[in-house]
Amino acid sequence: MSGPSTYEPKTAFTRWLDKRLPIIRFGYDSFVAYPTPRNLNYWWTFGAILALCLVVQIVSGVVLAMHYVPHVDYAFASVQRIERDVPYGWLIQNMHAVGASMFFLAVYLHMFKGLYYGSYKAPREVLWILGCIIYLLMVATAFLGYSLPWGQMSFWAATVITNLIGALPLVGEGLKNWLMGGFSVDQPTLNRFFSLHYLLPFVIAGVVALHIWALHESGQNNPTGVDVKSKADTVPFTPHATIKDLFAVALFLILFSVFIFYMPDALGHADNFIPANPLQTPPEIVPEWYLLPFYAILRAFDFNIGPIDSKLAGVLAMFASIGILFLLPWLDTSRVRSMRYRPVARQFFLIFVVVCLVLGWCGGQNPANILARSGDFTASLRWVEGGQTTTQDFTAPSEQQFEATAASMRETMAGRGATMTMVSRAGATNATITAVIGGTEQTRNLSAYSVEALEEEIIAAKAEIGAGAPFFVIERNTPMTFTVTNLSQLATLYYFLFFLVILPILGLRETPGRVPDTIAKPVLAKEVA
Amino acid sequence: MLRAFSSAAVAWLALVGVAFAAGEAEHPEDHAFSFDSPLGSYDMAAVQRGFQVYQQVCAACHAMTHLSYRHLGERGGPFSLYMVRNHETGEMEPYIGKPHHGGSFVSPTENPYLRAIASGVTISDIDPSTGQPVDRPGRVSDRFRSPFPNEIAARASNGGAYPVDLSVITKARHYGADYIYALLTGYTGASEGVLYENRYFPGGMIAMAQPLNEGQIAYSDPNTPQTVEQYAADVTHFLQWAADPHMEERKRLGIMVIAFLLALTGLLFLAYKQVWRGESH
Repeated sequence: MSGPSTYEPKTAFTRWLDKRLPIIRFGYDSFVAYPTPRNLNYWWTFGAILALCLVVQIVSGVVLAMHYVPHVDYAFASVQRIERDVPYGWLIQNMHAVGASMFFLAVYLHMFKGLYYGSYKAPREVLWILGCIIYLLMVATAFLGYSLPWGQMSFWAATVITNLIGALPLVGEGLKNWLMGGFSVDQPTLNRFFSLHYLLPFVIAGVVALHIWALHESGQNNPTGVDVKSKADTVPFTPHATIKDLFAVALFLILFSVFIFYMPDALGHADNFIPANPLQTPPEIVPEWYLLPFYAILRAFDFNIGPIDSKLAGVLAMFASIGILFLLPWLDTSRVRSMRYRPVARQFFLIFVVVCLVLGWCGGQNPANILARSGDFTASLRWVEGGQTTTQDFTAPSEQQFEATAASMRETMAGRGATMTMVSRAGATNATITAVIGGTEQTRNLSAYSVEALEEEIIAAKAEIGAGAPFFVIERNTPMTFTVTNLSQLATLYYFLFFLVILPILGLRETPGRVPDTIAKPVLAKEVA
Repeated sequence: MLRAFSSAAVAWLALVGVAFAAGEAEHPEDHAFSFDSPLGSYDMAAVQRGFQVYQQVCAACHAMTHLSYRHLGERGGPFSLYMVRNHETGEMEPYIGKPHHGGSFVSPTENPYLRAIASGVTISDIDPSTGQPVDRPGRVSDRFRSPFPNEIAARASNGGAYPVDLSVITKARHYGADYIYALLTGYTGASEGVLYENRYFPGGMIAMAQPLNEGQIAYSDPNTPQTVEQYAADVTHFLQWAADPHMEERKRLGIMVIAFLLALTGLLFLAYKQVWRGESH
């Protein structure tokens, strides 16, 4: 889309260089004369913001690596040394840690923009796929980096994630041990994670170069999704896009600074200030906020699917949730790029954004937490006050006949005037029956908001009644509950439905709004109005 | 229809959020510390008293391995020494802590107060001439003395419980300083074997006996009450400083950086408007 080069070397040196290495021409064509659609909004500034994030992470990371010690005994202490003794080490460390979060914040907004404006559609499929690769590399780099401070969360996140790979059939176990460099997360793991954490950002930088190359080949998409048709549709990249990008970058840096200087630890987890202890599992293991949606998808699978057990299903779904992005250019069948002109798709897209946020929320919660229930957890305690207690051992002829024998024993006891009986099984066929003869039957009903609270109430009630009852017959009733896991399941379902069903079908069925003929048209129309 | 569905879903989620919050356990109360707000700073007198509490009580069991005595006397430390001009006499006088109108900073190695603190501690070392283990007075370059040589010894002396390192304790707990203060003042007096009931400790029973008692530590300042609450607030203040010694510098620099960025953003916005003035978009 760049067209023929308009660069003209002005000095003798640039003319000389242009014949040998046209690098100035390249820079001029790519970042000065490059035609940019004139209607780009602020969502298009995240490319520049992300480039800045990558530079910040690499520069601060290189400095940190000068002071960091990748050793299980010294890693935590070396980070403390950076924070306390290295000149402005606290600033560099905060910048790097907060920078990771900012990088993901920007990349998510960049991706949602691509989704909304259809920036993945022809001819930008490769551009989109390169972006997905960058995102995947970012996730890997962030995960590796998170393990380096060797706090409790570092260690246990590394353990959980490497164990996930062990869930893959056949190769899983071997792959896991190969990644960890042993049978558990230990010194070899830390060493290789450090090595890879230093390597991957440069791989990212390489793919970013390809991403920008592909962008400059196909040209930028724009909010209308209409192709550039004439020079009237565009403005030169410099100064128009450059200055707008710089303004947005400065705004972004303000947010970045607020976190660095005033909330440096707000996005991290307190447990990561506890040195890693392989013998003590923390009460909750959660990834950083930017990976929570995938964690929720992983944990949504608490059931087996045929021969696939729940763990493997979760792992596959988690990888599939990113993998599906690679197929998106072919899943969305609509010929209209921008959702600005797709009123129905826009609604589904908004739900999709909410669903992603819900998944993120679920990922940070205890999966067993109950969000809604049809009623209280109830139990009825029955016991007999007074009367005489007798016990009798009995043996059933076979294991299958145990229930029948027990029932007949109960009847026998009832025939002897038992108010209440209890069978306590000792083995496959033998058991003891306890019966209270005479006395009066008592009942107490308990109710609570959770299983744990109910059990506490039962214990309290038993203690209160105490020796007044020889034994209790307890009947527990569990209401219908809707847990965090259930919510994750619904959200996961929508996540996949959106890509696999909604986008393919909607593209064929919906009637899009009127798409303008050119980029310039609505712009000029707005001016008249 | 879809819109109605989405708003209903949002409303439902909001309700769920409220219901969920209500079901959680009791949190530490919010205690007012001078370092709380974005512009807040340390009360150096409190940090100094807190160090005294740590030295006399906590240090018997708890290590702070990431701190050295010199840290106490570095810029922003509780025992940093400044030479300040007395406006009446014109003499330079020593000032410990944070002078109100600046002064010339004295390096920790030249700081007699700091050297007194360090030399009051006995450090196990290797004799440089014989190579044998030896006890010597501490130096400002030494790390805080650890009460136990290793974790096994620490557990053996504490009924199997490990007194955690306090270097970054306010960062290593949810609710930070508020939690530490709540824990130190949260003993109910009840105990069960070697466990003591504490309202704020997860599970309710903690292996640490109530560490602070009224009048236990003699403060040199007669105006500071010698109560459990005061001791707890002071030692929490010290621990917060220990976990985040550069907080004041960080907040100060933050104001300048953000002010600069705001000005830059303003200029860039004007430049942006200027560049795009002739272009419809």
